[in-house]
Amino acid sequence: MALSLKNVSLRVDGQMHIYDTSVELAPTGFNILLGTTLAGKTTLMRLMAGLVQPTTGEIWFNGHNVTGVPVQKRNVSMVYQQFINYPNMNVFDNIASPLRLAGHRRAEIRKRVAPVAELLRLEPFLKRKPAELSGGQQQRCAMARALAKDSDLVLLDEPLANLDYKLREELREELPRLFAIRERTVVYATTEPSEALLLGGYTAAMHAGRITQFGPTGDIYRHPMDKLTASVFSDPPINTIPVTKQGQQFSLTDGTHWKVDGAYLGLSDGPYEFGVRPHHVHPADGRSDGALVEGTVLVAEISGSESTVHFDLQGQPWVSLAHGVHAFGVGETVRFHIDVDHSMLFSTHGDLVAAMGD
Amino acid sequence: MSTRRTASFKWLVPFVYIVFLMLPIYWLLNMSFKTTNEILGTFSLFPQEFTLENYRAIFTDPTWYNGYINSLIYVCINTLISVTVALPAAYAFSRYRFLGDKHLFFWLLTNRMAPAAVFALPFFQLYSAMNLFDTHIAVALAHCLFNIPLAVWILEGFMSGVPKELDETAYIDGYPFWKFFTKIFLPTIAAGIGVAAFFCFMFSWVELLLAKTLTSVDAKPIAAVMTRTASSSGYELGLLAAAGTLTMVPGAIVIFFVRNYIAKGFALGRV
Repeated sequence: MALSLKNVSLRVDGQMHIYDTSVELAPTGFNILLGTTLAGKTTLMRLMAGLVQPTTGEIWFNGHNVTGVPVQKRNVSMVYQQFINYPNMNVFDNIASPLRLAGHRRAEIRKRVAPVAELLRLEPFLKRKPAELSGGQQQRCAMARALAKDSDLVLLDEPLANLDYKLREELREELPRLFAIRERTVVYATTEPSEALLLGGYTAAMHAGRITQFGPTGDIYRHPMDKLTASVFSDPPINTIPVTKQGQQFSLTDGTHWKVDGAYLGLSDGPYEFGVRPHHVHPADGRSDGALVEGTVLVAEISGSESTVHFDLQGQPWVSLAHGVHAFGVGETVRFHIDVDHSMLFSTHGDLVAAMGD
Repeated sequence: MSTRRTASFKWLVPFVYIVFLMLPIYWLLNMSFKTTNEILGTFSLFPQEFTLENYRAIFTDPTWYNGYINSLIYVCINTLISVTVALPAAYAFSRYRFLGDKHLFFWLLTNRMAPAAVFALPFFQLYSAMNLFDTHIAVALAHCLFNIPLAVWILEGFMSGVPKELDETAYIDGYPFWKFFTKIFLPTIAAGIGVAAFFCFMFSWVELLLAKTLTSVDAKPIAAVMTRTASSSGYELGLLAAAGTLTMVPGAIVIFFVRNYIAKGFALGRV
């Protein structure tokens, strides 16, 4: 049941915004739309909500075709990235407004707003106008409105993106608990892979108006179907380099080579694309075993206890994310160690051939 | 040393500015409390023989006070029509893209570029033919010519400042369009409505040419009454000064109510 899109596409002014998409969301828990800005996450959500009608295809909800049903008649709630509240109403009225529209009685409304306000720690502010709240409180108010409404589908469009770091962490931890109260489909859009992993559930990786893959979040992270999905699900994007497998050996064009093992052993010889996430590439620091590559440092950033080193590996821009402070000069040639146990192998067309580790 | 010297004269510029600004207003007020003889006979900074006779004359003579009533009636009708018509128009301009929307928006503005005198003759002909000559509604409608574009322009600025997501959130919550528009959207842009109404009121209040052309007796505005400088009893400068002072009062009252929003109206790059 739940929400499913059947061959949905959207064309605006001759431009394709969403390409032919078919997906059946998980009926309960989080469905995460993961993709960079302009990947079409918001557009897809607006389609799901019924704010825009698809050019082709159908949208089904709980076994009913809801394509073309006006948004007011679909039992949906939505929270935007911007903090959207009704500026002329106080917090209580904001939370209560969907209930009032649904024709609930006064006492019933009060009974339903109270626990939601408590859950989101808005009780002290019920009499205040949204403009008198901090950003975090405003967004909590918007979420409270979405929660109070007894909707079957909740759409959260990057709800934490405009919050400061600390509040984001805090709310992110609360989210699954908040929406677990009642069985409903939650769709959550985000640009951050770490957020997707934290919230779990199912993930749809999106790129340029297409869903590249949909499945349980962990599976997609470990076994992305192709290079595009892998790169969406990695921040910074996954490092890739063309390799040639010959017998027991992977080699790069410059002759650098390392031993083939694990899941890659049974593969046929030939050209592949080797991929590894930035946090599995570290400065070698004197190690002489395993997969070692040499690159020219482009930029080295040190943020607290982490170092991000951008380097050039035979014309490919690579990134290494390592603990500890590694200070390198620009242009320096540095050896890096690749953790082959956490790598992926793609065909030259970009499809996943095999993956190792988690 | 030098900084102290410049600092001590800082008050001078605003002081001079305000003196020059206030002088004509003071002089009008000053004259309104004098007799015509004193105005013509002597030069005095304040009334030698203080009199309220001029004001009494205005409030007792129907040809005078009817002028105020007429003006207020058509100004209020005009403000009401302008804002009511401009609200949906401004909403359309701020929320929808349609064929030629930008051209239409610009064209609306160009209506303000033509002098009112251009329209005096066609309006006179048209309203006479429609038997609307010398009625309040005639002047109110004529002033819509430049007040509706103005109101659309101001309101569109305020409406575009409200994120479209607010509309969508309301629809998702289940608000039908009209309920959203009246219960949420209008209160949200209340300041803008106030500013738009203020400007409509002011422009209609000060406009003389069309108001004078389209009226004769029954709807004659105060500004037209005031242009009658001489009466059977010769020059009545004191009376005119009192009428002028009273003409400024409605504007001052309206400004008092919207003073906090005016700056916002200007800041949005509109008006």
